[in-house]
Amino acid sequence: MSLDQLYQQIILDHSKVRHGSGLAGIAAPAGAFTGQSRQLNPVCGDEVTLRVAVEGGKVAQISWDGEGCSISMASASVLSELAEGMTVDELRAVIGTFREVLRSRGKVHADPEILGDAAAFEGVARYAARVKCAMISWVAAEDALNQAT
Amino acid sequence: MALVSTPATLERAVPAMDNAEVLRIRNDFPVLGQLVNGQPLVYLDSGATSQNPLSVIEAEQEFYEQRNAAVHRGAHYLAVEATEVFEDARQTIADFIGADYAETVWTSNATEGLNLISYALSNASLWAAQGRGDGRLKELGVGPGDQIVVTEMEHHANLIPWQELAFRTGATLRYIPIDDAGALRMDRAAEILGQKTKVLAFTHASNVLGTINPVQELVALGRRAGALVVLDACQSAPHLPLNVKELDVDFAVFSGHKMLAPTGIGVLYGKQDILDVLPPFLTGGSMITTVTMDRAEYLPAPQRFEAGTQRISQAVALAAAANYLTETGLDRVHRWESELGQRMVAGLESIPGIRVLGPTAGHERIGLAAFHVDGVHAHDVGQFLDSRGIAVRVGHHCAQPLHRRLGLTATTRASAYLYNTTDDVDAFLEAVAGVRSYFRV
Ligand SMILES: Cc1ncc(COP(=O)(O)O)c(C=O)c1O
Repeated sequence: MSLDQLYQQIILDHSKVRHGSGLAGIAAPAGAFTGQSRQLNPVCGDEVTLRVAVEGGKVAQISWDGEGCSISMASASVLSELAEGMTVDELRAVIGTFREVLRSRGKVHADPEILGDAAAFEGVARYAARVKCAMISWVAAEDALNQAT
Repeated sequence: MALVSTPATLERAVPAMDNAEVLRIRNDFPVLGQLVNGQPLVYLDSGATSQNPLSVIEAEQEFYEQRNAAVHRGAHYLAVEATEVFEDARQTIADFIGADYAETVWTSNATEGLNLISYALSNASLWAAQGRGDGRLKELGVGPGDQIVVTEMEHHANLIPWQELAFRTGATLRYIPIDDAGALRMDRAAEILGQKTKVLAFTHASNVLGTINPVQELVALGRRAGALVVLDACQSAPHLPLNVKELDVDFAVFSGHKMLAPTGIGVLYGKQDILDVLPPFLTGGSMITTVTMDRAEYLPAPQRFEAGTQRISQAVALAAAANYLTETGLDRVHRWESELGQRMVAGLESIPGIRVLGPTAGHERIGLAAFHVDGVHAHDVGQFLDSRGIAVRVGHHCAQPLHRRLGLTATTRASAYLYNTTDDVDAFLEAVAGVRSYFRV
């Protein structure tokens, strides 16, 4: 597999222009239930703190701060763009699908209908050492959702 | 006038290593001959773990094919054979570092050696408090109000055991700072080390900065303070001539897997008079004289610190590795690797957007270089290099406090050994030069 299949253009773009990035600058909507989760990857020191705001059973907003490689940063950006407007159950299901693809070592293909831009991370599944990078913000979202609901 | 061999006369006496010799050396290392991602493997991660030559692999295999048995017990033929090669290996390693046989203790790695020292020192105060053991334990033990001194550049292995020793005993941990070029602030060291300092622990060579620390000056400061001096020789014992007696340290540790041997074996050196009175860390079989229902008496060093069935084949393999290095000549290896280190740093410095940690080109460093690429995370740098068959380490290299001190979380590190050519370094530099454009920064 070539490096370009790992570092797809979508991933490189999201790693630079990061959707939802900046916890301090983005206020959660008033009246929303919020949950926040901080996840660390002790191997490389990557770090994501992600907040989910839930309003009327829907994800009103995801915002996050983080530091890490292009895969982890792009993944958080794609997630926050994708999740907004989903119902809590929809987001939980998408997180489950994303995890299944990433843990499949390349055996399960990503369906862009379900995963949107996150389907671009399919290639990461073949790089065992990078799966955690792609997962870190999704794990944070799952944890934050549990707190907010 | 006494005849001393200066580096210049040495150079004339022993031919320096060159690429042709390295290419011959590489034939001894089967793992290096492979393709990775369709490209010849360029292995520049020996600072993390090194590769094994055939002589080492064969020594371990021969042990299992011909001599495998538990040592120091049983009177049968194999047990005698196994004990003999095991103890011969100890003598080989003792000679390798200029120690005496009984001062050379097997551990699983440097980390275990450092934990052993730290636990033995807190056990020393426990024993002293109950009047157990030698009278000297009272001064050796660490207690409330005492100081343990380390440096800002330590690997976690030479840091956390001391944090925990401080926690167990009520002692305080203090740090000798580094300057921006990655050198220890010796002026500060002189201020920090005082009468309360019980332990001074520092690395001989930094696994991140590449700096070689002034051991003699530090030992002198330690002696003046009456502290025990612990040397982390992980990045020096495999790469340069090391003589623990000449350096006059009280303890030294290193790991076999970083010096051409398998994992699972390491060495602790300790001065005989200290080892013989220190309480053990791990207790159990093979390290006792007599055991009653409620108490045991312990053997002197080295057995005192070798509880349980030992890592015999690994010790034998480590001796084979030491022989390999001695035959090549560690002074020659050191000079070759210094050259590779300089080549790395000079090359990296000429690439825009690269910040090299530690000494700049032209200043002494071992054969490694850690660096930051502006705008590209170390993980991505490592992945890019891997796609070109180049193996480097990424992350904090088990030195988080050092990275924080330098304002970084993760860096990329290339580290060479005697089997690397200048072509390896050049391939690495060429690849690094392409990183930022690949990631479009
Ligand atoms: C300077 C230094 N100290 C200690 C260690 C720990 O060695 P080990 O993990 O083999 O115990 C290392 C290895 O990474 C090192 O480079």
